[in-house]
Amino acid sequence: MAMPAPDQRIIARGPQIVAALRAVLPADAVIDDPQETRAYECDALTAYRCPPLAVVLPRTTAEVAAVMGVCGGMGVPVVPRGAGTSLAGGALPTADCVILGTMRLREVLEIDTDNRYVRVQTGVTNLSVSAELEPLGFFYAPDPSSQLACTIAGNIAMNSGGAHCLKYGVTTNNLLGATVVLTTGEVVELGGPEMGPAGLDLLGILCGSEGQLGVVTEATLRILPRPEGARPVLIGFGSPEVAGECVANIIRSGVLPVAIEYMDEPCLRAVEAFAKAGYPDCPAVLIVEVEGSRAEIDDQIARIRAIADALNPVEFRESRNADEALAIWKGRKSAFGAMGRLGDYICLDGTVPVGQLPYTLRRIGELSRQHGLEVANVFHAGDGNMHPLILFDANTPGDLARAEAFGADILRLCVQVGGCLTGEHGVGVEKRDLMGDQYAPDDLTIQMQVKDVFDPDWLLNPAKVFPLDASATHRARAAE
Amino acid sequence: MSIALDLAPTTEAEVSEILADSHARRTPLRIAGGGTRVENPGPGEPLSLARLSGVVTYSPAEMTLIARPGTPLPEVRAMLAAEGQALAFDPPDPGRILGRNGTPTLGGMVAANASGPRRLLAGACRDHLLGVRFVDGRGRFLKNGGRVMKNVTGLDLSKLLAGSHGTLAVLTEVVLKTLPLLPARTTLAFPGVTETTALRIFTTALSTPFEVSGAVHVGGTAFLRLEGLEGQLAYRRDRLLALLAEHRPEVVDDAPWDDIRDAAHFATGGPLWRILCKPTDAPGICTGLRAIGGDCSLDWGGGLIWYRGPGNPRGLAPHATLIRRAGVQGPAFPPLPAAVARLQDGLRRTFDPAGILNPGLMDA
Repeated sequence: MAMPAPDQRIIARGPQIVAALRAVLPADAVIDDPQETRAYECDALTAYRCPPLAVVLPRTTAEVAAVMGVCGGMGVPVVPRGAGTSLAGGALPTADCVILGTMRLREVLEIDTDNRYVRVQTGVTNLSVSAELEPLGFFYAPDPSSQLACTIAGNIAMNSGGAHCLKYGVTTNNLLGATVVLTTGEVVELGGPEMGPAGLDLLGILCGSEGQLGVVTEATLRILPRPEGARPVLIGFGSPEVAGECVANIIRSGVLPVAIEYMDEPCLRAVEAFAKAGYPDCPAVLIVEVEGSRAEIDDQIARIRAIADALNPVEFRESRNADEALAIWKGRKSAFGAMGRLGDYICLDGTVPVGQLPYTLRRIGELSRQHGLEVANVFHAGDGNMHPLILFDANTPGDLARAEAFGADILRLCVQVGGCLTGEHGVGVEKRDLMGDQYAPDDLTIQMQVKDVFDPDWLLNPAKVFPLDASATHRARAAE
Repeated sequence: MSIALDLAPTTEAEVSEILADSHARRTPLRIAGGGTRVENPGPGEPLSLARLSGVVTYSPAEMTLIARPGTPLPEVRAMLAAEGQALAFDPPDPGRILGRNGTPTLGGMVAANASGPRRLLAGACRDHLLGVRFVDGRGRFLKNGGRVMKNVTGLDLSKLLAGSHGTLAVLTEVVLKTLPLLPARTTLAFPGVTETTALRIFTTALSTPFEVSGAVHVGGTAFLRLEGLEGQLAYRRDRLLALLAEHRPEVVDDAPWDDIRDAAHFATGGPLWRILCKPTDAPGICTGLRAIGGDCSLDWGGGLIWYRGPGNPRGLAPHATLIRRAGVQGPAFPPLPAAVARLQDGLRRTFDPAGILNPGLMDA
């Protein structure tokens, strides 16, 4: 993965930059010891590493504004970072950048159940927001798989989703307001507890902008009452096509499950070897979860059973109690860990129209044989968000490059069938150079022009999202 | 040759030509769909999108609809209903409060981010907008988003265009998420209650997991709507009746939800404002509004106040938009903080450097 050459003039000014940051922050909030900055050299896309010039860990919006003022004034790039769980290299540093970590911004500022929102500093973890709300009977809906570790700041940057998004939507559908620090150090408030912004929906472009427009220090999040109960069923099918048909038929029937998860045979084999979840031995498994009171759940599951039965499932397993429900989810939740035991893998994140799932899966199988690498599929079938896991051996020279080439082919396939490059992980550096497959040059230009409005000097999160050649051309033209 | 006829494009290419030409000549345009929505005091020749109409693709099993902007909303509603689906955000017919005979279109709906009572549960129009094709103020063809549920790749310009009222670009295609039409409905009515009591009813009901899909207060009656599968509905209705027994609820099977959605109760009679607020602030704001003269009603569980009256509500609630002028002068949209206004201006200059798209409409 190519990264632009670091600006040696900035690196040469490193000591002055660190001194300027120390002047505006508490002593423990600035890290420039190479031993310690090394901890920030990569995120969860660990194949790429580069220690930053320095790391700052502010605790308040005012401190973030001070950092941005210093860096903006001195022309130093800033890479915002939450918990570093990005699988797309969204928080990968460059040698001439300052990492701005948000993890010390962890106050829950306000819980208002009457108006159904919470206001938090964005360094809080996703799961801890719901944990705060649980005693009050509420929850925050977006539930990325990394929710134990990942922060709201990162969720907003990547517009994160999760298994339950089919019903509740992704981050953008649950974000009401944000406090944003611009590269000038200026602090702006977008949205708030009201259901709708005044003027243009700037919050809408900020969410999912991957740290390209500003640093979000506080967020107002929509919260929802906890459902009375939830119950999953597991359905095994003789072919991916029939499983896909079942998904479509459920959606058409009027039952709206909170989650429909899909696992294919290679994934099931890995999961069984690891978690011993007792899954059936078959080409495709769906986990469908519904919510409500006991009677409501019974009613919805009866409808789902009727739909599945018409398709001759290998197995239809209903959980009768909490332990059985846990057992059904156990394999799915441990899928990524199970795959990790088989070797190194990269986890992709493309989205396809649900009707294209069977074809896409078949083509991925063909590509797997062509590239000579194994792939397993586990994904959110209700919304077509696929997570193919490509297995490779990091110790075999050239294997990573082969896995990446295979991954790129899969993502291009997603675009070809009418889908897109990412569902919930973001573009980052991983998919940056494929953006031209989804968008025409003008489509990318308008996005880059929007960035110009927020970040005219392009200091925020350099070399992410936009193909390097496209952004270089755009910047050169702007400088004329 | 009539100019008005020339400015009724039937293809994306014609839209692009018109915009490129207007850009070069710096001549402003006023964009119209079904002519139901906007009271635009600004200058410009009308650009009608009524002929850029029709559904491109509707895939019920994928829950997606792709259509051109001039497609009439009632047509889409009927087509979706035939497949047991709907636009879950309840788009209103704004023509009723503006005294227009036109038919609302999908383009106008998206441009206004128009969302009805179900917004509480289902989110706004922008939450159901998956992608767009559009022509910007220079005449460039552009696209953003996609036709899948999770589709943010790069900056999510679809959200920015929803609610931009045609000031950034002309939409040429919209992609919307459809959802199952909820098969059964019932309504709890609480007659003779004040806004303060109504708010208490809303707060209680909306803290339950019973998925209340409408919470409004109109003409002294609070209404709660429940929609879903038959069995679900009976259970939820009974639980809410028990929970709210002290407010003497009545079960109504034919509550006028279409009228409520369209604010038909304020269809005539003086200036009309749409105010967004924190729900618990609504009763206080309503008291203040009555003191300056006029009536109000509540939607979105108190988060949306309709105010019909002679006064200017901005002193009481900053997020107030003037929907029906009825002689009132001044900006329709509320003023913005300086930094936000600067970003907004920067975006408008980016999308429309010559300032030809609905000039004056969103200006504070």
